Amino acid sequence: MKRALHCLLLAAFCVLALGASDSNSRFNSLGHRMMCMCGCNQILLECNHLGCSYSERMRDELTAGLQRGDADDLVLQGFVQKYGATVLAAPTNVGFNRVAWIMPFAAFGLGILAVVWVVRVWKARQPALAAAGAPPAGADHYRERARKETEL
Amino acid sequence: MPEFGSYSLLLALALSVYSFAVGAIVLLRPDWPNAERVGETARRAGMGVFLALSCSMLALIAACYQNDFSVAYIFHHSNKDLPAPYKFSVLWSGQEGSLLFWAWLLSAYGFVMRWRHKVDTRLVAYAGVVVAAVQVFFTLIINLAANPFAMMIGDIPADGNGLNPLLQYPEMVIHPPMLYLGYVGFTIPFAFALGALIMKYPGEKWIHITRRWTMVTWLFLSCGISLGAHWAYSVLGWGGYWGWDPVENASILPWFTGTAFLHSVMMQEKRGMMKMWNMWLIFATFLLAIFGTFLTRSGVVSSVHAFAQSSIGPWFSTFLALIFATCMFFFVRNRGHLKSENKLESLVSRESSFLFNNLVLLAACFAVLWGTLFPVLSEWVQGTKVTVGPPFFNRVMIPITLFLLLLTAMGPLLAWRSTSWESIKRNFTIPAVMAVATAIILIPLGWKPWQEMSQFYSLMAIVLSVLVAATVASEFFRGARVIGEKTGQNVLASMVYLTRRNTRRYGGYIVHLGVVIMIVGFAGQAFNTDTEKELGQGDSMQIGGYTLVLDSYTQDDNPNYGSESAIINVMKGGQKIDTLYPERRLYKASNQPQSMVAVRSTPKEDLYIVYAGQSERDRPIIKAHLNPLVMWVWLGIWVIIFGTGIALVPPTAAVTLKQAVPAHAVAQAGD
Repeated sequence: MKRALHCLLLAAFCVLALGASDSNSRFNSLGHRMMCMCGCNQILLECNHLGCSYSERMRDELTAGLQRGDADDLVLQGFVQKYGATVLAAPTNVGFNRVAWIMPFAAFGLGILAVVWVVRVWKARQPALAAAGAPPAGADHYRERARKETEL
Repeated sequence: MPEFGSYSLLLALALSVYSFAVGAIVLLRPDWPNAERVGETARRAGMGVFLALSCSMLALIAACYQNDFSVAYIFHHSNKDLPAPYKFSVLWSGQEGSLLFWAWLLSAYGFVMRWRHKVDTRLVAYAGVVVAAVQVFFTLIINLAANPFAMMIGDIPADGNGLNPLLQYPEMVIHPPMLYLGYVGFTIPFAFALGALIMKYPGEKWIHITRRWTMVTWLFLSCGISLGAHWAYSVLGWGGYWGWDPVENASILPWFTGTAFLHSVMMQEKRGMMKMWNMWLIFATFLLAIFGTFLTRSGVVSSVHAFAQSSIGPWFSTFLALIFATCMFFFVRNRGHLKSENKLESLVSRESSFLFNNLVLLAACFAVLWGTLFPVLSEWVQGTKVTVGPPFFNRVMIPITLFLLLLTAMGPLLAWRSTSWESIKRNFTIPAVMAVATAIILIPLGWKPWQEMSQFYSLMAIVLSVLVAATVASEFFRGARVIGEKTGQNVLASMVYLTRRNTRRYGGYIVHLGVVIMIVGFAGQAFNTDTEKELGQGDSMQIGGYTLVLDSYTQDDNPNYGSESAIINVMKGGQKIDTLYPERRLYKASNQPQSMVAVRSTPKEDLYIVYAGQSERDRPIIKAHLNPLVMWVWLGIWVIIFGTGIALVPPTAAVTLKQAVPAHAVAQAGD
């Protein structure tokens, strides 16, 4: 019975300890997803201004939100309502803000397709070019070409 | 002295206008009587701009050293007790002075370019007109919109407002000049490119002429960006070196396009391909350099680095529009001249790898530009401003960078024109095995890629860096083995010989090595930790394997600033291994605080200590960061500088041939 009680206490301690570390990592994660609003343009947890009234207050509010057991989204929403949308360090994935996330990858993807397409078109033209006319005759041409292509 | 500076500015404007107008007329009407002699006066006027602006700059520096607070710029950016070396950096600490410095650097580059006009007199004449046009713009601005010699209205103050404390740091004396040398330097390749397009310059000689200009400029920009990162790390005290601030972003935009140009220009030199693409890459690089200057000074985006909001934004936007229109006009008119001599023959070839490399660099450039401007776009479209900060850039840029690393590993293994799969397998097997082995070794050492995305990226960055390093090493070894077999030299001597014979190629590989060393340093960020504690004398705090014990704390005072500092003993395994002195200063003239971070740097990690301030009980609050692998970032920069230096050295074989054998003899021997 005593052993079972010890096991139970140990398990409870482990759960609490796990919870504590989870709360720390959530604080760290959420604190890095928000900006300090003092105008320093720094991430909330990286603001290092001496006596910055904003960052200290915001960190306290973040701790309070986590202690209340609020979900991440709810905590962030609370900050947005209080400080405005600029408190979030990155655009949300909603509405027009989604464009911010899509555009770089869309442009990259389109670029890859364009390169592949260009290479294929050029490759397809190659036999036609060869058939249309032979390159200038003479060893000089080939020597010059070999020099250029192997020089570097 | 201010009057002398003002008149010198006016003279510089007059000479710029003359150089541009007369130079352009002579090129448009070469049949003019005495066209050649008149053209020569335009060239000399262009060189004269350098002398006039040098006088102006010296006048401003002299006014600063003389504490002449009748000059508004000196009053706003200096004070009597400012240490002498920092009085020099007053020159670029404000809007007007930094624009004068921009114009002066441009005139210095222009002077060298015109001085060396005999490399190709006609092409330099065209390039000279383009440079003169840019000079007209900058001398106009510093004469009309941002005059550094504007006088104070009313009584002359007894002392100035002082220099921004952030700028009172040794690196700040060299970081802005380096960055400006990079920004401004791209004007010269741009001028040559536009000149070559306008005159339909035959062949690729203009690229040979501008190659060193571009590489030196790229090196200056790289050094400038790196010095800025190191300064941020040492001074800002937040524990990082890159914050994706709009002004930081502005500096890296031309770096991306400049790097793409340095790669793709090889295709034009060797195979006569991508002429249009290269032309636009160098145009874009110059446009982005000007755009960066506009972004810093217009107040369009908010940034801790930005200069005060001013009225010069419209000047820059008009100038940008004019440059773009000019480039577009001549491109449309003369694009027939830029047709490729060869076509791509295979997707698996060195040419394709350059194409993809360019694509990734441009995608990175676009992503940074997009993220920087999205707050403005968002406000315009939906009426609310959003923040686009580090979380956005990290999520977008890390995958792009990893893809670029993969291409960097593959590129050197691909042959020109076409590569067989057999050859790829043969060359790629050992580097790939080494990369996989690295992953297997790293996971037991603490990387848990399945737990956090940051650790996954960190692991991938190191694995791909090993892949790149292994391919570069295999290139060196393969070449050295061939040389060794022919000459009987050992591997090391063969590698040196190989590098000296083809400095550009092997210097480039060393630059790649420098980049991957930096990326290994970036990968350490996934494991950054920090802690903060108020310490009394004898108190200690723990971070990683270190125990920090506060030995004592003290205050000091000098005419420029008052300071509070702590003496902290660093213990490891019960042994004292170091003593660090983090400090916080309060500059008197500006009444602004400033951290002086104390860093203990090792290849494994940086112990980074910030004196965050004093508590209500007058005891120091110490913030400690443990940042793994940061030293590798700075080491990588040195390797990049070394590699670029090698690439700039002429290859030995070419020099020997040039000196020993006349060209016609080589041609006859070849037949």
